[in-house]
Amino acid sequence: MYHWMPFWPRTAANTGHAINSLFVAELALSLAVLAMVVGMIASFGFVYRRGSAASRADLTKKTWHFEIGWTSATFLLFLVAFIWGSYVYIWAYQTPPGNLEIYVVAKQFMWKFEHPGGQREIDTLHVPAGQSIRLVLASEDVIHALYIPAFRLQRDVIPGTYETLWFKAERPGTYRLECAEFCGTQHAHMDGAVIVMPPPDYARWLAERGIHESLAEQGEKLFRARGCSGCHGANSTVHAPSLVGVYGTLVHLQDGTVRRADEKYLRECILNPRSFTVAGYPPVMPDFSGQLSEDDLIELIAYIRSLNSQNAGSAP
Amino acid sequence: MSVEAAQPADFAQPSYLDSGHTIRSWLLTTDHKRIAMMFLASITFWFFIGGMAATLVRLSLATPDGLLQPDIFNRAFTMHGIIMVWLFLIPSIPATLGNFFVPIMIGAHDLAFPRLNLLSLYVFNLSGLVVLYAVLLGGVDTGWYFYTPYSTLYSNSYVFAAAMAIFINGYSSILTGLNFVVTVHKLRAPGMTWSRLPLFVWAIYAVSVVMLLATPALAMDMILLGADRIMGLGMFDPSRGGDPLLWQHMFWFYSHPAVYIMILPGMGVVSEVISCYSRRPIFGYGGMATSMMAIAVLGFFVWAHHMFTAGISIYSAVVFSLMSFVVGVPSAIKVFNWTVSLHKGSIIFDAPMIYAIGFILLFTIGGLTGLMLATLAVDIHVHDTYFVVAHFHYIMVGGAVSAFFAGLHYWWPKITGRLYPEAVARFTALLTFVGFNVTFFPQFVLGYLGMPRRYYAYPPQWQSWNVLSSAGASILAVAYALPLFYLGWSLLYGKRAGPNPWGATGLEWTTPSPPPEHNFAVTPVVTLGPYSYDPEDGSYRTQDGTHYAL
Repeated sequence: MYHWMPFWPRTAANTGHAINSLFVAELALSLAVLAMVVGMIASFGFVYRRGSAASRADLTKKTWHFEIGWTSATFLLFLVAFIWGSYVYIWAYQTPPGNLEIYVVAKQFMWKFEHPGGQREIDTLHVPAGQSIRLVLASEDVIHALYIPAFRLQRDVIPGTYETLWFKAERPGTYRLECAEFCGTQHAHMDGAVIVMPPPDYARWLAERGIHESLAEQGEKLFRARGCSGCHGANSTVHAPSLVGVYGTLVHLQDGTVRRADEKYLRECILNPRSFTVAGYPPVMPDFSGQLSEDDLIELIAYIRSLNSQNAGSAP
Repeated sequence: MSVEAAQPADFAQPSYLDSGHTIRSWLLTTDHKRIAMMFLASITFWFFIGGMAATLVRLSLATPDGLLQPDIFNRAFTMHGIIMVWLFLIPSIPATLGNFFVPIMIGAHDLAFPRLNLLSLYVFNLSGLVVLYAVLLGGVDTGWYFYTPYSTLYSNSYVFAAAMAIFINGYSSILTGLNFVVTVHKLRAPGMTWSRLPLFVWAIYAVSVVMLLATPALAMDMILLGADRIMGLGMFDPSRGGDPLLWQHMFWFYSHPAVYIMILPGMGVVSEVISCYSRRPIFGYGGMATSMMAIAVLGFFVWAHHMFTAGISIYSAVVFSLMSFVVGVPSAIKVFNWTVSLHKGSIIFDAPMIYAIGFILLFTIGGLTGLMLATLAVDIHVHDTYFVVAHFHYIMVGGAVSAFFAGLHYWWPKITGRLYPEAVARFTALLTFVGFNVTFFPQFVLGYLGMPRRYYAYPPQWQSWNVLSSAGASILAVAYALPLFYLGWSLLYGKRAGPNPWGATGLEWTTPSPPPEHNFAVTPVVTLGPYSYDPEDGSYRTQDGTHYAL
């Protein structure tokens, strides 16, 4: 849409178009303001240079009505930019459930992408075009930031929590992917590529990667190996909340707060259960902090999520 | 009004430069003017050290693979940031020109606490020594903002030494800020009401309030950072219940107001220069003073706009975005007022005026791109790219450093008693403007194309923009080195300046150049606001009421 602009980078996702329009509008406004300032300085500087014949009589003494004029004009223009920018930001950063969930683990100095079918790849992310993709971002060490310039999208990856990001890639192709938050010596080489493919090609690519255990299946194994099933399993005699259908619901906690059971919440519950005791249950769960890797957590959460679809209809 | 000068024409007291020639008379002085000169020597040293680090960065980025080793490059940009922020920009105008001129401009004989002023100098130089120590050990590679947990758990560099240097440095800011606040409140000459204060004094007052209120937060930050790194406190370590984002909130709570500490004094200088060189009163004095105080206050409520992509809640991002637009309004007022101050003036384009007009243009570009960054959705794309680097260099270098040079040239005859060579100074001012734009404008393009900050290597398709930027940096280096030579030359061979070579109106121009130790033989009585220039016949009145026909 804006390819007539000089030096314009490629745009390949829905978020990119929304941000382009806003940027171009602000650029035009900025150029107009700058032209006005330059024009005034140049013309006053010429007309009123020392020694020129122009009259200096009747200097403006009352300045306040001019000042009120340009104060309110700039404020109103700023408000428009603020509202437009916030509107697009809220839309871009409030992640809806995607057609496809991909987990991302960042560490010095590589990106690991885990597809739901269990396919893992390093520094390259294959996604189908035209579908909304939801990324769940985790860091194993320091703060990184996932940045895909062609999608005009960036989000920090913070250790100790999950961030999410979504997009709908439109045009098949290969696009640059970067770490935008300084993360150490090799920061500049923590880059890679997003490869957007037509959906049939993506399906073929997944198949060619070989049949893997899905993330949920790997999570189910962990769920047994780590003893989670002893309390949270279907046949358990311990009084523990059932995890079937819990993903995405609102959970009432002992301390009176209500939390949405998203990935971030489930992660915190596993690592620090005493802070998230569910109302009506005894605080007996041991904490698993330091015992599970980011990969383990992703698999467990993928398994808990999968319990929703096994029990289709019970989740909101 | 009386036409005779309030100050006796032949002044018996020797100038501050001649009131003692021993090293001891300098090192133990309590004269604000001598302390200002020693600050000027210190920050000039650090300006060139920080500039060398920048030169390394730009040199390395001339090729896509980078000429420097990654570790060296990371240390170079970090040391550039730390040195330029704390050892140059923050003290630049307040501790030198502010220190020298605030007392004289309000008709005082010194600052309120002369010994505290000297202490501030030594505290500052101590922090400089600690930075030097950190650099000689091998430097720091965290970026000047020390993001956790990288700085506390992962960085293999001298973070603790740098944190302590900044901790010490903060006390210099606090002492200087305190001194100015008390001085402006208590030591104004008779008749120097708040509504007659020159805008430069308003700017230094506003910035001092910010220094006094924000810098203690920096001290706490640095103590916690040091404790986390050395003693394993775990405040910012998520694996022990800490929160890495807490650091960002605490750091920017100081460091965003610090941005205004760096730019507000420049706004003051430019107001003086624009009015003097267009020979007319500044447009909207009240609006100018009010907007500077508004910036000082509002600047405290925008810190999280550095964190729009960092996982703060969406609604707090919206609030901080709104506040960031609001703080832009007083800056916009100032730009319009300066511009309209040229209307019906009698304008002469001497070096300070060229720097000041450069300031207005570059500050406008920096401000407009700042609004783009305050726009939440645009920030999602350009956050942490070269777009941000270009934006804040337009404010900090194009703005603050240009204003520093404007002020240095404007007051040079008063400080030294000698005129600088005008032609070469005008050329240098133009060269600075050109070199600056060639260096930093390409960085806007690079940022929008998607080149992140702090990259020692980049894809080859971005090389031409980077080469252009590095070429501009070499022009800028020449433009910054030139004043060292011609101002140095003027110290020995410059023409003697009279008390008021520019025909300016402030009280500082009613005393001899260079001023005597106690500034005035008789405490002046102020009868007028600043900027009583008449562009119609070129006459003017200094603030003590003396009328001069030009």
